[in-house]
Amino acid sequence: MVDRSEETMSTRIVILGAGTGGTLTANRLRRHYPRSAVQITVVDQDDQHVYQPGLLFVPFGMSDAADIVKPRHRQLRAGIEFIEQTIERVVLDTDTVVLGDGTELPYDVLVIATGAVLSPEETEGLAGPGWMSKVFTFYDLDGAVALADALDRFEGGRLVVNVVDMPIKCPVAPLEFCFLADAYFTERGIRDKVELTYATPLDGAFTKPVASRELTSLLGDKHINLVTEFNTGEVDGEAGILTGYDGRQVPFDLGVVIPMHSGADFVGRSEGLGDELNFVATNPHTLQSTVKANVFAIGDATNVPASKAGSVTHFEGEVLVDNIVRFIDGAPLDASYDGHANCFIETGFDKALMIDFNYDTEPLPGHFPGPIGAPLLKESRLNHLGKLMFQWVYWHGLLPGRNIPGIGPAMPARGKQHPEPTGDDYLNEEVHV
Amino acid sequence: MSTATYAGQQVEVNDEGFFVDPAQWNRQMAIEMATADGIELGDRHWQVIEFMRKEYFEKGTGPTVRVLGKSSGVAVKELYELFPKGPAKMAARIAGIPKPKGCI
Repeated sequence: MVDRSEETMSTRIVILGAGTGGTLTANRLRRHYPRSAVQITVVDQDDQHVYQPGLLFVPFGMSDAADIVKPRHRQLRAGIEFIEQTIERVVLDTDTVVLGDGTELPYDVLVIATGAVLSPEETEGLAGPGWMSKVFTFYDLDGAVALADALDRFEGGRLVVNVVDMPIKCPVAPLEFCFLADAYFTERGIRDKVELTYATPLDGAFTKPVASRELTSLLGDKHINLVTEFNTGEVDGEAGILTGYDGRQVPFDLGVVIPMHSGADFVGRSEGLGDELNFVATNPHTLQSTVKANVFAIGDATNVPASKAGSVTHFEGEVLVDNIVRFIDGAPLDASYDGHANCFIETGFDKALMIDFNYDTEPLPGHFPGPIGAPLLKESRLNHLGKLMFQWVYWHGLLPGRNIPGIGPAMPARGKQHPEPTGDDYLNEEVHV
Repeated sequence: MSTATYAGQQVEVNDEGFFVDPAQWNRQMAIEMATADGIELGDRHWQVIEFMRKEYFEKGTGPTVRVLGKSSGVAVKELYELFPKGPAKMAARIAGIPKPKGCI
């Protein structure tokens, strides 16, 4: 049970971050509680809400930067206070957030929804010479826009896509980038002049065996080289060389690097809040933090063993809001979040495949959301259309916190084909360079 | 699941040679495993091994290379010199803890 502040007699919920998780949490809570009972304040350092799945399309001219950005405050329902300010730190002992301008925000319940940030400076040389001229990332808006120009000028040579280390946001996006690059150069008529390579720290194209086998074989079909267990130690942007810690080198003419990810900097400045990488230690089933009972976390900001992806945040949202309500009522929390994630994977030429999985079930073939539905782990035009349509659903269904018909937070078990219990031979299909 | 014999004792290991029960491990076993991998364990190796075991017993999983680099007192570059075949996996096996979950 929350001790309500004596002055206002209303519960103060402070939400840090107005991205996917912060926005949908604020909107769901606002609909649940009358304004007289609960004050909701959302803090973000800027007023630009980027539709992050759209970043993948910007480098290929399939999406315009202006089309994927909207003001953050406009996505919040009436009755939610929005503060545009940096966050200095959270003081867990006094239940207070200190903002960059010194303002102190006391809270009864705190939600950390500040996502993950890119840390290119953690990799030797990555943020040095060549960064944003020969080495790019499409994981932020500036990078995606600059990469669009670089691709436009690219007339042939070696394009290398490199994931430096896990975890990253949307672990399938770098693969999608490879597939789309293959289609993009084919359509420009210069595919035969471009050598495409995907260098990953994983031992296959993806983290889970069945999907990894499927995606590894798709890379092969599209003549994209796969370099596995490559741990990038140094990036020489000017010379165009990635050097692994084991001494292997991957040369490139155009580098697309996904830098290491960390939690937000203020988490590191807040004593007891984060782990070594500034992610918030969070119960994977209730979304309550393990650092203090009145602190919750959602989405990329947590350390839960799910993908850092918008769909995860979306599914977490329903459980999180339910649990904040239970916490305020002094009721036991609901431990029902199962790690459900659902992603469209663009494969180029107007096709996509879909994967659906959770903590316990890896992505499997079949159909979603039931035996009759969109195909899983199989290329189709329907999935590509689904991916394009999802942008509308994001702004008009997901962020406002409306339930999407037929898509609940728990992973549907029906419609999936479970693998035969034989040994996995996908490891043998890799191309080592 | 199978068994291996280190320092004259039978221990349970998984298909990749990682200990199933970290309590079965002792320092002599680490020395034998390292020698088989062509490594002579020095102070810096032991610093990593001890850090990995401490992390495992506190958190239920071994640290990733990046966390090792930030918290073990040994930088990532040196970690690869100490354990050339990939510090997280190789050191975890020698330290007698299960393979780190790490990547998702």
